[in-house]
Amino acid sequence: MSGPLHKDYVGAKLGMWLFLFTELLLFGGLFLLYGAYLARYPQEFGAGGKEMHLGFGTLNTVILITSSLLAAMAVTAIQRDERHRVIGLLGGTVLCAAVFLFNKYLEWSAEIGSGIYPGSPRVVTGPPGESVFYSLYYLTVGLHGLHVLIGGAFLTLVAVRVQRRTIHAGNYVLLENCALYWHLVDLIWIFIFPLYYLIL
Amino acid sequence: MTSLYQATKDTISFWNDTGKTGITSWIFSTDHKRIGLLYFYSVFFFFLIAVLLGVLLRIELMAPGRTIMGPQTYNGIFTVHGVLMIFLFIIPGFPGAFGNLIMPLQIGARDVSFPRLNLFSWWLFIFGAGIIITSLFTGGGPPDTGWTFYVPFSERTGTNVSLAVFGVFAVGFSSILTGLNFVTTIHRLRAEGMTWGRLPLFVWSIYATAWVQILATPILGITLVLIIAERFLGTGLFDPARGGDPIMYQHLFWIYSHPAVYIMILPGMGIISEIIPVFARKPIFGYKMIAFSSLAIAGAGSLVWGHHMFTSGMSDMAILVFSFLTFVVAIPSAIKVFNWVSTLYRGSISLEAPMLFSLSFIFLFSIGGLTGLILGAAATDIHVHDTHFVVGHFHYVIFGGAVFAFLGAMHYWLPKFYGRRYAEKPAIVAWALMFVGFNITYFTMMVLGMEGMPRRYYDYLPEFAPLNMVSTIGSWILVSGLALLLVNLFRGLFKGEPIGRNPWEAATLEWTVQTPPRTENFEEEPVVTHGPYDFKGAGIP
Amino acid sequence: MTGGNSEQHIVGYGKLTTVWLGLLALTALTVWVARHNVGISHVWGSLAIAVTKGGLVIAFFMHMKYEGRLLRWLLFFALAVLAIFIGLTFFDVLYR
Repeated sequence: MSGPLHKDYVGAKLGMWLFLFTELLLFGGLFLLYGAYLARYPQEFGAGGKEMHLGFGTLNTVILITSSLLAAMAVTAIQRDERHRVIGLLGGTVLCAAVFLFNKYLEWSAEIGSGIYPGSPRVVTGPPGESVFYSLYYLTVGLHGLHVLIGGAFLTLVAVRVQRRTIHAGNYVLLENCALYWHLVDLIWIFIFPLYYLIL
Repeated sequence: MTSLYQATKDTISFWNDTGKTGITSWIFSTDHKRIGLLYFYSVFFFFLIAVLLGVLLRIELMAPGRTIMGPQTYNGIFTVHGVLMIFLFIIPGFPGAFGNLIMPLQIGARDVSFPRLNLFSWWLFIFGAGIIITSLFTGGGPPDTGWTFYVPFSERTGTNVSLAVFGVFAVGFSSILTGLNFVTTIHRLRAEGMTWGRLPLFVWSIYATAWVQILATPILGITLVLIIAERFLGTGLFDPARGGDPIMYQHLFWIYSHPAVYIMILPGMGIISEIIPVFARKPIFGYKMIAFSSLAIAGAGSLVWGHHMFTSGMSDMAILVFSFLTFVVAIPSAIKVFNWVSTLYRGSISLEAPMLFSLSFIFLFSIGGLTGLILGAAATDIHVHDTHFVVGHFHYVIFGGAVFAFLGAMHYWLPKFYGRRYAEKPAIVAWALMFVGFNITYFTMMVLGMEGMPRRYYDYLPEFAPLNMVSTIGSWILVSGLALLLVNLFRGLFKGEPIGRNPWEAATLEWTVQTPPRTENFEEEPVVTHGPYDFKGAGIP
Repeated sequence: MTGGNSEQHIVGYGKLTTVWLGLLALTALTVWVARHNVGISHVWGSLAIAVTKGGLVIAFFMHMKYEGRLLRWLLFFALAVLAIFIGLTFFDVLYR
């Protein structure tokens, strides 16, 4: 095939949205389990929820919402050909991602320190419903954290390409698609937060 | 390999028009046709290994007690047979091989929407397949859980479940990427005049299949992650002592794996809808209903997964709901069968290999479908669940259905890509051997199941011995037919009679390009003015 | 159909910031509701607020408000499929 690959902006976005659907379904499986077990263990889920660090959770929610704002602004900036602003905004988003993950590290260190982790003696000998809650918590939040890492990496790559001008106002679908991915990461957390931190 | 280029030596085609040569020009190609052939040969390799495993299983089951292997080996072999056939052959194979080879041509496109992603999909498939094969020979040995990996056994067995399951995850991700590539392609890259109402029915079936790949496979993904988490982290989510529920595993597993069987059959049905009009010289009867029924099967088929769980301890309400929905999904399948038969009526039928495979598809799939109703009715299912009746049923639909369609497609379409064709008479003999051997092998299984022979058991009661012997002999007839088919087909593709542009006189776009096609398919983007089965409109008498 | 310019819909910084403030307000609300309502009956309330927040993110941050009908319907369809998976499972979970 000679020449550059043919560009289809609408198609590229459609493809990205289809990929986002698969991510929704992936986490959807974990939410399905949560729903089923919540129906069975309402009290124990409440007890587990009380062990969660509401401060950390709320702070992380605010951080992700803000990071989403910055990513959305980055799309606006590239459309307006404001190259430096784009890089700054993407940098801000990645910084938020890093802070989020650092908070997670602190939070999990505290929880593991107090004996709450899958298969720990405290959890195994405690009420079964609480064991289920904590296992789902670690799996869901862990999987989400992995996506934060991946999303942050992609946004960094995009920022580099903006710097090199291979992404610019005439061809920015890669930035837009990575921003979409980032918003999904925020979206999933918007549901994780009430289900794990506010189930008191 | 030189004979490979015999037919194409004087023809410039996708085999030689890129200026690149050697294996790297294939494994790094973004041409949907090359990727399609890469998929085809990879999945077919795993198919043949799985066939061999099946033959070995039948030899073991030929007589009661030990015949050629011990019980642990038996468990490993039926697990690997299932994993290979399902995850490394039929699920990746239909979309990956024939979807890739044919769909872009049929919509008048140069390639798919994301050619590099397409190549990545194949590489991911190879990576996953490599992991699965590695899991057979390392650690605790091949998984012995059955391809369904039910808990609690899959959490506790010392065999190499985690590695195998990780390989399946990679293969599943490959499937997801192919699905989203195909949906985008069909929405965005149809040629001018190729309206939704003029799409070949194979494309409709690939479209419906792609949606199932996108929406159902992630649930498999999370289920496999959960198995690994259970084994390594002790999460206890399916362990009753820890508050878990093993039935929840089954829900998650079957939410994917039932729609997965529609990934397996829908492209096959699409192929039948292509072949029958051409070999009956009649436009398809009820085009709109067949297109609609593909979507309906994908949709309704995603609502019935609980029919695998009637005896699991699920609630009676769920049993009722899933049984009812299972009967609903039979309706669009029946619509297809009626429309195919109506197409045949007063057609000018010629019984060449593709048509023989298609006609036998209708017969064998119908038997499989009807036995599916026995399984779908909860009351009768209680009696036959986990017996050989189930094994007979699904081999009728997957083997007699999907694989026969796959073999028919091989005879129908591969000549277009090689420029040469198979010999007809040996193909017909091969088909006949397969058809007879198939029915002997699998019909007896359904009788055995009705009589009470369980599935996945290493041994059985002496009263089941005669029919088991019959079934095994049937498997030898079946496999000899398959061997003859393959020798004849591949000899034909490499050394057989050259074919022209449109040997079957079909009206779909893949037959309008040269044989074999050029890399970019069409010299100019085609403008479509007639339907896919409108022979007169295509200028064919 | 090529490039991005013909399909552009630019969401201004001001509008994005307003949405952000709305999201923060809803976050504060959902925390307040949780702390003042014991028991899981407020799960539905929390979920409703989460759905609203999610809707804002999808509509404005992800530009869905400015996209064509196809994409909107496809999203609805994907969410419906997830809802059906969960819903049909509950025929088992609730009736044991």
